[in-house]
Amino acid sequence: MAETTVTHTGQMRPRPAGWHGIAADWASDQRAFKNVSWGKAMMWIFLLSDTFIFGCFLLSYMTARISTRVPWPNPSEVFALRIGGQEIPLILIAIMTFVLISSSGTMAMAVNFGYRRDRRKTAILMLLTAALGATFVGMQAFEWTKLITEGVRPWGNPWGAAQFGSCFFMITGFHGTHVTIGVIFLIIVARKVWRGDYDTGRPGFFTSRKGRYENVEIMGLYWHFVDLVWVFIFAFFYLW
Amino acid sequence: MVDVTPADAVPPAEVGEMELYHPHSWWTKYVFSQDAKVIAIQYSATATSIGLVALVLSWLMRLQLGFPGTFDFITPEAYYQFITMHGMIMVIYLLTALFLGGFGNYLIPLMVGARDMVFPYVNMLSYWIYLLAVLVLVSSFFAPGGPTGAGWTLYPPQAIMSGTPGGQDWGIILMLSSLILFIIGFTMGGLNYVVTVLQGRTRGMTMMRLPLTVWGIFTATVMALLAFPALFVACVMMLLDRTLGTSFFMPAISEMGEQLPHNGGSPILFQHLFWFFGHPEVYIVALPAFGIVSDLISTHARKNIFGYRMMVWAIVGIGALSFVVWAHHMYVSGMNPYFGFFFATTTLIIAVPTAIKVYNWVLTLWRGDIHLTIPMLFALAFIVTFVNGGLTGLFLGNVVVDVPLSDTMFVVAHFHMVMGVAPIIVVFGAIYHWYPKVTGRMLDETLGRFHFWVTFLGAYLIFFPMHYLGLMGVPRRYAELTDMTIMTESAHHLNSFISIMAFIVGFAQMVFLFNLIWSIRHGREAGGNPWRATTLEWQTPQTPPAHGNFGKDLPIVYRWAYDYSVPGAKEDFIPQNVPGAFAPSREPA
Repeated sequence: MAETTVTHTGQMRPRPAGWHGIAADWASDQRAFKNVSWGKAMMWIFLLSDTFIFGCFLLSYMTARISTRVPWPNPSEVFALRIGGQEIPLILIAIMTFVLISSSGTMAMAVNFGYRRDRRKTAILMLLTAALGATFVGMQAFEWTKLITEGVRPWGNPWGAAQFGSCFFMITGFHGTHVTIGVIFLIIVARKVWRGDYDTGRPGFFTSRKGRYENVEIMGLYWHFVDLVWVFIFAFFYLW
Repeated sequence: MVDVTPADAVPPAEVGEMELYHPHSWWTKYVFSQDAKVIAIQYSATATSIGLVALVLSWLMRLQLGFPGTFDFITPEAYYQFITMHGMIMVIYLLTALFLGGFGNYLIPLMVGARDMVFPYVNMLSYWIYLLAVLVLVSSFFAPGGPTGAGWTLYPPQAIMSGTPGGQDWGIILMLSSLILFIIGFTMGGLNYVVTVLQGRTRGMTMMRLPLTVWGIFTATVMALLAFPALFVACVMMLLDRTLGTSFFMPAISEMGEQLPHNGGSPILFQHLFWFFGHPEVYIVALPAFGIVSDLISTHARKNIFGYRMMVWAIVGIGALSFVVWAHHMYVSGMNPYFGFFFATTTLIIAVPTAIKVYNWVLTLWRGDIHLTIPMLFALAFIVTFVNGGLTGLFLGNVVVDVPLSDTMFVVAHFHMVMGVAPIIVVFGAIYHWYPKVTGRMLDETLGRFHFWVTFLGAYLIFFPMHYLGLMGVPRRYAELTDMTIMTESAHHLNSFISIMAFIVGFAQMVFLFNLIWSIRHGREAGGNPWRATTLEWQTPQTPPAHGNFGKDLPIVYRWAYDYSVPGAKEDFIPQNVPGAFAPSREPA
């Protein structure tokens, strides 16, 4: 991975104005996005592609929900927990969302300490992020278990449209897979930070290339994206 | 277009030297290689091999259509399997993989002046996952029930019902799994291509100096990264419908008098997802062809490309527009008429940038110093073929004309001309053009001319009569046409004629393959720059280029890619890495 050096992008020739200037900026020498490293550019473009995947999943779910002629189960009742004799709607999902959003906070702090080269704090915060992510997946597993024991299946459920279960398991499952992959990579990167790989320039096991502290930020981009997607799933699936 | 950087005004390098992986053994050098050039050859070889399977399948289909009842082993089920696998292999596993994985990997780093793709390891993974996808696809031929026979569009509900070959067996499951793997593998490669073009160019290489080949592959890759997600989602959902019994795409439906467990799904939703991928896919294979053909024409006509900027904008414009035309594949599916109106309009608007490109190619040729080399012959063949296929696209883009022509041989003829023959002709031209760089030797000229004329004329003899059959109303995807009243005696003769032509054209491809293999050892020595071309891949110190592409120092780009026949210059081409307004003649290193 090439080093990103902050260079002056001083133009040797006068820049054109207006639309030509915009085109010239985008088409500019060597790099279209100045001072954006290769890894970061790749993660952004990957996330754009992934956005289309989640977008298609959510649009398909909405199509199914709008066009079904059988009643859609009421999320407030389906996702309620009985705590202390009280049915509390959406309580589990509220906690899950809180946990996941909090993990974005710890991730952002990890990125900050990464750039300060504070290895210990970075690694601890990344592991904390991973722990929160794992907690989220654990609660999701709990939620799945609860729904399955209540009779919800991908092909049907006791309360209405069969697509409820299909969409629920598919979308939360796909998102949960993203979180799980994120947790695994958080642990890997945290280990590298802890061991000082990014200071010593130790080559990666698979890629044989040196990593940099920027990897913490790239990891963070992915993590924030997964959180952001959850907000949309939360809004469209649970609050609708 | 005067866009020459003075020799003393080259900006400093913004990015440090790339850390290359140096292979330690034969395995890491030739098999698990991280060098984009080796990966490109692996991609191309795999794509060609699976493409040969598709070629044989097309022969089998033509055997049945041309001589119905003669070959007992081609049952209707087998015919559907042939047609499905032929289409899927050709569109995805051959053309997409060859243009982006093959040409993209080989040409992008060389043409933008990079040492390699930005993430060589991920690039390598991309190939191996692609290979896995191909193996899963091939395995369906040996699975119980054989491959799926759902048609390459895999429309539900029939795709996962027992009446369709492979629908309730392994066929459809392996097909969908293979597509999912392909998309994952492609995404890994695609991110590499995009980031290399955006962020990995050499000094002086602005985007507006990129050869149009790179523009075509780059735009197609961006489109693929945004279009494949829809196919991915559709595949996942259909896989769940098939394996878990969900009802995303399956309405309440009965089969053999028995009610299926599905209820309330929408087959139209699948069509929307599929064509949101499917239409951009047409341009994913067309845009690299556009780009490559621009470079072939400019190089072999010794003249700068006409309207470079317009060519770039046309590529980008076509790419953007192709995302808002998908439902023109669904005029007969049942849609609000206003949607038909909208999609017909956007479809016809695409003709504008496309026509700009065709005019610019022709204007590049106008008063050029045209060398009728084999790449040039293929480039010229592409222009006429593409215009032909494009014009029938105008018929099919209009709702009222499309409805009677839908699902006839006319459609088959249209898309084979425009996205079958035309891009493959460019693939051939590109192979004749770049083979000397890949191997250091020229392909045999005589065999090449034979290959060209048989392929070009043969393709027309195959697909022109199909338009006529389509206008008569001969339906596509029918295994047996004998007893239909529209099938007159002469129509049958025509079908036999098409089949014989298909065998002849297929045979010519064997000659081409022989040429490819024979010339590696016996071809004429090519030297570094046999076509006297300007782009960076021809300026490498070694041919074939060594690991790292450019020796010790990366080239510096001073000009655009099309300085051919510059008035006052000593030679009729000035390579991109030569400074000065009129450069002295340059010896290849």
